[in-house]
Amino acid sequence: MSPREPFALRDYLGPGLAGRTISDARQIVSLTDIPEQTCLGGRLGELSARSVLLAVVDQLTSGIAMTEIDGVARRMLLSPPDIDADHMRTLMEEAAIDAVVTDHPERWADAGIGLVVTAGRPAPAAAKARTERATEWLMLTSGTSGVPKIVSHTLEGLTGAIVAEGPARDAAAIWATFYDIRRYGGLQIFLRAVVGGGSMVLSEPGEPIADHVARLLARGVTHMSGTPSHWRRLLMSGSAPGFSPRYVRLSGEIADQAVLDGLSRAFPKASIGHAYASTEAGVGFAVNDGLEGFPADMVGHSRDGVEMKVEDGSLRIRSARTARAYVGRRAAALTDSKGFVDTGDMVELRGDRYHFVGRRGGIINVGGLKVHPEEIEAVINRHAGVRMSRARSRRSPITGAVVVADVILADGDGDGRDAIRNEILADCKASLAPHKVPAIIRFVASLDVTAAGKLARHDA
Amino acid sequence: MASVRLRIISAIQQIAREQQVTLPPLEDDLSLHETGFDSLGFAILVARLEDDLGVDPFTMSENAAFPLTIGDFIGAYENVPA
Repeated sequence: MSPREPFALRDYLGPGLAGRTISDARQIVSLTDIPEQTCLGGRLGELSARSVLLAVVDQLTSGIAMTEIDGVARRMLLSPPDIDADHMRTLMEEAAIDAVVTDHPERWADAGIGLVVTAGRPAPAAAKARTERATEWLMLTSGTSGVPKIVSHTLEGLTGAIVAEGPARDAAAIWATFYDIRRYGGLQIFLRAVVGGGSMVLSEPGEPIADHVARLLARGVTHMSGTPSHWRRLLMSGSAPGFSPRYVRLSGEIADQAVLDGLSRAFPKASIGHAYASTEAGVGFAVNDGLEGFPADMVGHSRDGVEMKVEDGSLRIRSARTARAYVGRRAAALTDSKGFVDTGDMVELRGDRYHFVGRRGGIINVGGLKVHPEEIEAVINRHAGVRMSRARSRRSPITGAVVVADVILADGDGDGRDAIRNEILADCKASLAPHKVPAIIRFVASLDVTAAGKLARHDA
Repeated sequence: MASVRLRIISAIQQIAREQQVTLPPLEDDLSLHETGFDSLGFAILVARLEDDLGVDPFTMSENAAFPLTIGDFIGAYENVPA
């Protein structure tokens, strides 16, 4: 269809910029040398026009394999390491997978897949790889408990926001993210590093936060992204002092004023931005004024190729960066008839800004009155003694449900808990309708965060 | 059993303070309606008592009738099988 030459990730790598690297806790690999190498044992040609599952546990190998496979395979399904085996079988059927690239070939020996290619450490390649086509990038949605949905992206769409910000805006940037790069939020950062000419420092599952921060310091990380939950965890760890990134980016969850303020206190030299993005809707926008929510004038017309509208309370996005479609036999339509993706993220206009109030599916119903847990958390998190909170539903024989808030205090288990509880209740009463005020406030030592870096909401 | 009664009374008084409700004297024959609590107030009370006493007598039994008086309410907690 397109008269243009397909472009691929390898076009952004090469000898032009020396000294670029991608690293994890165990090794550092030169990005500059990647085009001359193969991590697939020279078997890239076998993947030509195939539908490839990238089931590489090791994040670093996975990232290098992406740069090699892109432009050669017909489609490439990125699998985070924590996908349930039964779900994986369904997903492979839905995506018509006919080849697997893995760092654990023994696990795939009896899987009935005709082509299994082992991925490992990069080694010099006999021939330079050639881009043959625009590979379809398949990603999995996060956040639901059932089988994830598969969404289809193009490299052009995935990198749209990065390219729109101008060529090599931060060519010397050393990027890091708390996310896994097989998820949308993490992939965006990996692509920023590759496309923007920078370097990348990967997260390491299970690594203690102090060790992670030590690694960020040692590698000179300048730009870092994560969810508000990731960032709160860093702030809570006491490891933040000494780390001084130039750019701090939040995405994936609502960035409330408390976490934005906490980060600007912890990183006074950093520019702090929160981005709106999702696997389905792509990168919508970034807000860099330090305030929660986003200016209302961003809605209603096209800005930088992204058009937003609010309908039935939820944010809808139309742009070239949204996913193309859901993939699979039972795939629903991804967009409405006019091409807008319904994000399911509910917003509320207050003055001249829209504020995110929560997910459509996460509403708690208290005696017929509705409340989003996130709006309660935003109020609780404003208390100086609070580091993080989660509001959740608890069944009630009288109103069907009541709100319970689990709160992590900044000062561990200090005295004055009763006083803080009363202050939080007073704050909530002052800014929330009575049914939104938590019936019970519990102080907890930790809150679960999902593999995607989001606060776990079991009742949602 | 007195301690259950005292804990229930104390929880009612706490919620009344939070909700700025002025309670009449909590006699056994006072109707729950007359306490000034709305359904949200009772929902909060039952949730807190479940945490404090470990039981919610109104959810445990399918056909438990919601009590009409303070005495019935306290009785529902006192008569929960151990």
